[in-house]
Amino acid sequence: MSALNERTERYYTLYKDNIKRISESSSPYINSFREAAIGRFNELGIPTKKNETYKYTSLDTFFNHDFKSCFIPVAQDFVKAEEFRCDVTDLDAHGIVLLNGFYPTIHDKLRELPGGIWIGSLNEAAKKFSKKIEMHYGKYAEDDKDGLVHLNTAMASDGVFIYVPEDVVLKKPIQIVNLVQSDEDIFNQHRNLIIVEKNADVTLIVCDHTLSPQKFLTNGVTEIYVGENSHFDIIRVQNEHNNAGKITHTFIHQERNSVASSNNITLHGGLVRNSTHHYLGGEGAESYSYGLYLADKFQHVDNYVNVNHAFPNCTSNQLFKGVLDDMATGAFNGRIFVRKDAQGTLAYQKNSSILLTDDAKMDTKPQLEIYADDVRCSHGATVGQLDENALFYLQSRGINKREARLMLMFGFAHDVIQNIKVEALRERMDNLVMQRLKGELSRCASCMVKCG
Amino acid sequence: MLAIENLKVEIDGKKILKGISLEVKAGEIHAIMGPNGSGKSTLAAVLAGREFAMVTEGTVTYMGKNLLDMPPEERSKEGIFLGFQYPIEIPGVSMVNFMKTAVNEHRKHKGLEPLSASDFLKMMRDKKELVEIDSKLANRSVNEGFSGGEKKKNEIFQMAMLEPELAILDETDSGLDIDALRIVANGVNRIKRPDTSAIVITHYQRLLDFIVPDVVHVLYDGRIVKTAGKELAHELEKKGYDWIKKEVDKNNLS
Ligand SMILES: Nc1ncnc2c1ncn2[C@@H]1O[C@H](COP(=O)(O)OP(=O)(O)OP(=O)(O)O)[C@@H](O)[C@H]1O
Ligand SMILES: [Mg+2]
Repeated sequence: MSALNERTERYYTLYKDNIKRISESSSPYINSFREAAIGRFNELGIPTKKNETYKYTSLDTFFNHDFKSCFIPVAQDFVKAEEFRCDVTDLDAHGIVLLNGFYPTIHDKLRELPGGIWIGSLNEAAKKFSKKIEMHYGKYAEDDKDGLVHLNTAMASDGVFIYVPEDVVLKKPIQIVNLVQSDEDIFNQHRNLIIVEKNADVTLIVCDHTLSPQKFLTNGVTEIYVGENSHFDIIRVQNEHNNAGKITHTFIHQERNSVASSNNITLHGGLVRNSTHHYLGGEGAESYSYGLYLADKFQHVDNYVNVNHAFPNCTSNQLFKGVLDDMATGAFNGRIFVRKDAQGTLAYQKNSSILLTDDAKMDTKPQLEIYADDVRCSHGATVGQLDENALFYLQSRGINKREARLMLMFGFAHDVIQNIKVEALRERMDNLVMQRLKGELSRCASCMVKCG
Repeated sequence: MLAIENLKVEIDGKKILKGISLEVKAGEIHAIMGPNGSGKSTLAAVLAGREFAMVTEGTVTYMGKNLLDMPPEERSKEGIFLGFQYPIEIPGVSMVNFMKTAVNEHRKHKGLEPLSASDFLKMMRDKKELVEIDSKLANRSVNEGFSGGEKKKNEIFQMAMLEPELAILDETDSGLDIDALRIVANGVNRIKRPDTSAIVITHYQRLLDFIVPDVVHVLYDGRIVKTAGKELAHELEKKGYDWIKKEVDKNNLS
């Protein structure tokens, strides 16, 4: 092996120092991926701006930091987390609380929800559902060029597992609240696997909150399988402090006639980079990729979307909007890939951003690779200021400028929020967005987790 | 109520209004007519507080106060309403939320408590009936996807909600079919109280059959070049503006 650069070396050392402990708690099947993955990571390293899909995002401030350890939870950590006495009081959702992305491993390592849905720790599930995991684990996270995906495959010690059997329709959403909390700076990697079998219908909402001021870096990978005719929605609410870096990689694999959506709502965070991959793996599949980013100060939010039309007659739609204030920067890169035989494809993409200051900056780039001829495809991007005419219209009715600006920003953002199907959730998101725009958001006030 | 004195306005260094003087007393209806591009909308916008136009000279006094000192929202709360020639579409902002915010700002200004949700909805219902607006429109985003006529009716609906002292209606009749024109005109007449005033900007005499003006002004090239009674509108309808333009140009030469 040729000499690794200093940074790659550092993460490789972290791997070598911890791999024994990591492997001990994982299943042999999951462990079987690790060696090849770290090898590939060593070739690729941490992505830099030279990497096409990270062109507008520098990971340096977070990855150059010397995290002394990677987070591998032990029972004692969860006991500590419980000291926050977080009650799950919300009745509208099936709630689960995680610590730094990990499912508590002290009680209920795997629990059953109505309809035979299972949710729990991936390691625990690897015992009970070993066949399912062998069928799906590592099959969808195939962004071969992104070193961070490989680093996660090599080192993630655990994560969340959700299994939704055939024909199950879950009316209430599942809500995962992930508390990010530690006494020292940590780098943490978790790995989630969600299996939705055919004819099922489930909504998942994942909320991230930092609870302590330490420097955090998260590199999480989620693989999602959506079976034939199923509906699956994942909504992510990211609310972390300015010293937190969050990198998510979500891979959604869809079978025929399934409908899946992803909605990344970034309310706050130092550095956020979401990559969302939609694989339309059967005729008639529909995928929706939404995102909303509200950033200020020196925050940076990057959304990379990769839609792969592998079969005929599928539909995809991307809608990403954001408001950038102060010196905040944003990036959007939406790829639409249509294979030669994916005739009858409909693929849409839209990205709009509002810059509130001259210093805020947005980079947006569509990337279309279309090899079929019967394709309807559109894409558009706008970057602009608040509409002066609309502002005056509101003011002319007696609404003061501050309020009018808020209303316009809210209306702009609502375009994304309105795609959330569950009404209670939609209203809650509207409230959070309003609070954020007013600068009043600390912890999500209406969150089901009441800590104190 | 409103006194405009020698008002001069520029847009991007270009002189648009070249010395307008006009007085509107309580209870009066003034019509302003005039060829395209003569400055009618600019005058309306300046009165409502639009900032793109720069006032270089003159004064505007409204209810004894210096109007030009007030931000647009203040003017609205003090009773000025502008019906836009081209109402703005605002996606994502619901009519209900928009009007509730506006009405409550007006109430706060008058020292009143905000309306309860049910009182507000009742008010919406009553006013919709008053101006005969399709009730579904009020559930949508502000003007979004409204037809031209629906947008104009929506202006009148907003006016009914805010009950202004001085309504400035900029071509609210353009693009309306005959029935809609009657609805809009009736709406204006129903909202009008004996002591409230209106400035009605229009190109067509037919609106003035419904909303009968006390005075008709002709604005041409940034100046009011003729002021007369309502019969002037009939004359313009028949003869167009050429004779006025000729008159003005002749005077300018001499
Ligand atoms: N934002 C602007 N920038 C530059 N010029 C403008 C602007 N708005 C208006 N003007 C110019 O000012 C002049 C007067 O326009 P205004 O809209 O007031 O006319 P109007 O009398 O309302 O015409 P119409 O009957 O067509 O509505 C026109 O020459 C117009 O081009
Ligand atoms: Mg005009």
